[in-house]
Amino acid sequence: MTSTDARVLVVWLPDWPIIAARRRLELPAEQPLALIHKGVVFACSSDARTSGVQRGLAVREAQLRCPQLLVVTYDPQVDARAFEPVVASLEDLVPGVRILRPGLCAIRARGPARFYGGEERAASTIHEALAKADIAARLGIADSVFGAERAALQTNDSTPVSIVALGTTRQFLASAPISTLDDSTLVPVLRRLGLHSLGDFAALDRVAVGARFGEAGLRAHDRASAVDRLSGAEHTPEIDFGADAVFEPALDRVDQIAFGVRTASESMIDRLAESGLVCTALRITVTSESGERRERSWSHPHHFSAADVVDRVRWQLQGSGGVNAGPTSPVERVELSPARVDTSAHHESGLWGTSLDERVHHALARLHSMLGHGAVSTPSLGGGRFLSERQVLVAWGDETPPSKRTLPWPGSIPPPAPATVFTQPRPADVRGPGGEPIDVDARGTTTAPPAWLTLGRSPAMKVSSWAGPWPVTQRWWDAEARRSAHRFQMIDSEGMAWLMILEDHEWAAEARYD
Amino acid sequence: MSSVAAFESPASVRQALQARISSMQSTRLDEDAFPVLPMMRAVLGRGLRRGTVYSISGSTSLALALVAAASQSGEWCGVLDVPDLGLEAAAGWGIDLDRLVWVADPGDRWMSTVGSMADVLGLVIVRAPARVTSAEASRLVARLRQTRSTMLVLGEWPQPESQIRVVSSTWTGLGDGYGHLTDRHLELEVRQGQSAGPPRRSRLRVPAATLP
Repeated sequence: MTSTDARVLVVWLPDWPIIAARRRLELPAEQPLALIHKGVVFACSSDARTSGVQRGLAVREAQLRCPQLLVVTYDPQVDARAFEPVVASLEDLVPGVRILRPGLCAIRARGPARFYGGEERAASTIHEALAKADIAARLGIADSVFGAERAALQTNDSTPVSIVALGTTRQFLASAPISTLDDSTLVPVLRRLGLHSLGDFAALDRVAVGARFGEAGLRAHDRASAVDRLSGAEHTPEIDFGADAVFEPALDRVDQIAFGVRTASESMIDRLAESGLVCTALRITVTSESGERRERSWSHPHHFSAADVVDRVRWQLQGSGGVNAGPTSPVERVELSPARVDTSAHHESGLWGTSLDERVHHALARLHSMLGHGAVSTPSLGGGRFLSERQVLVAWGDETPPSKRTLPWPGSIPPPAPATVFTQPRPADVRGPGGEPIDVDARGTTTAPPAWLTLGRSPAMKVSSWAGPWPVTQRWWDAEARRSAHRFQMIDSEGMAWLMILEDHEWAAEARYD
Repeated sequence: MSSVAAFESPASVRQALQARISSMQSTRLDEDAFPVLPMMRAVLGRGLRRGTVYSISGSTSLALALVAAASQSGEWCGVLDVPDLGLEAAAGWGIDLDRLVWVADPGDRWMSTVGSMADVLGLVIVRAPARVTSAEASRLVARLRQTRSTMLVLGEWPQPESQIRVVSSTWTGLGDGYGHLTDRHLELEVRQGQSAGPPRRSRLRVPAATLP
């Protein structure tokens, strides 16, 4: 059970969240700092700690104890991202690093111990190498991950390496208080059962612990009895698939830039293909000579080929201006980075081929280049009370916004749907039998029955039948977006049916049933 | 497929496959036209002929109804320069919006846009351009004949294959201050080809709910 196979080396960077935050915010080392998560202190710097700030303290209390304290919101993503270079420098020395959490990682000790000639030599080599990179690390080696972590936590600045001899980890852990398990639900129960040290807990029968405390209890028991093993995937370095094209001198013609981007896009797509990936969404950042950065995301109905990427760069530079438009100032740099990748296995064309759809996409891409971005779109149905809101046009190749169509939309009109929906309602005039203007009063009734309908400048037509008013009220609580209108269906003397709308005492035709 | 094959004899599998192949190889006559909805067969008995131009005046719904069946069977359709087309009506007729290409404003490139759309899309609904010379029109028709796509023009077009005109349209369901629009009765005048004979009249009832 206690073989050298299971030996684990843990590298711990004390106060890592604080170091990461300091680096990110470029703060001086003497500034007391506390990271706040959910209203309480998550981590604090050593000088703040000497003033009495500690983990779990409310923000106000921490600021009271240490008035010069700088309070920053804790961002786990920043923490993890800042840890990445540390792991990279660690991977230069030893392979197979597993990140337990930012600031703490574990490595199987057997390999490095053999390579560097003993565990002690391995640990000190790693420590020195990290110290050269300005990283103050503490190391612990033991028979289990938890044991090695405890060993690393017990080190201090003068003796940064602590090694628990083979087979003694269980004894080493036995005296530690039960609270070191760091399980807020389990620890109080164990304490109430009279188990105050890890040794007490480890002495219990494993099967009984499993029966009483389930999976979490078994995990804790393994840790207390020093039999927990390294698990989970090894850290694999992230590959950056992005590609840049830099122009020296800066270029201002779209075709020149597109030509220059070709190599970069080909290399990006090739590298993705080597990893068995395809790019389905792409971010293009264009930096001009004047320092202006324009960033835009593009998505693709299938996946990007190198030529598609060049097309997107071209469209981004042209804007909506069509074939003759170009960038406003010379472009210095174009960065391509895949925003979303997928396994290429999901994108293999079927046995029967998708040739027609491919052809359509090619032709549309060409049309897009000819007419400018946004000219070709795919329609979809959205939600809304007004008919023109319910038509959603998304530029071809972009992502369709999630539809809110399934929500109930009070005030929607019964079928049939009108075949013509005016994007801009056409101004109209509706008058009563005697030529008097018609309005809807506060009670929702018309002042006179509609009898004459005038659309734009055409002559007035007799209304043969009508229905309404049907009220449409939208966002009455919002002064900016508030709309309140009354709808009518009317048939004119030529048999054409109209959907008329009366908003702010103004008549307009919203749609035509033609 | 494999699950079916597991239970059947090789001979019956071969028969089934042959039937499938022959169903995929459509006959010449069928291939000549796009299908239309059953209710539209009264207007265009043989469907929409490929590679031709239809001129439709007086009704946008009619164009949508003619395109619907082809769209349902997987054909890509396009809409050019009809920014006011009602999408809900299109979806109501059964047009698959995922395979609908929408070009709202071709600017001054109407001809080249319609050409490149017709290259890949089976059916294109267009608004008649303000001015089209007969030379341009015949060039476009030649291109359509080659790509075997059909164009439905909302408005007038020089020398269309067929001309469908709404003579009268009456609605039911709307009274004098009550009710709402439901069914519609259209009286159409269909002129097929360039024959000099009198146009054919047909009546069409458009129910309120076009699709269940």
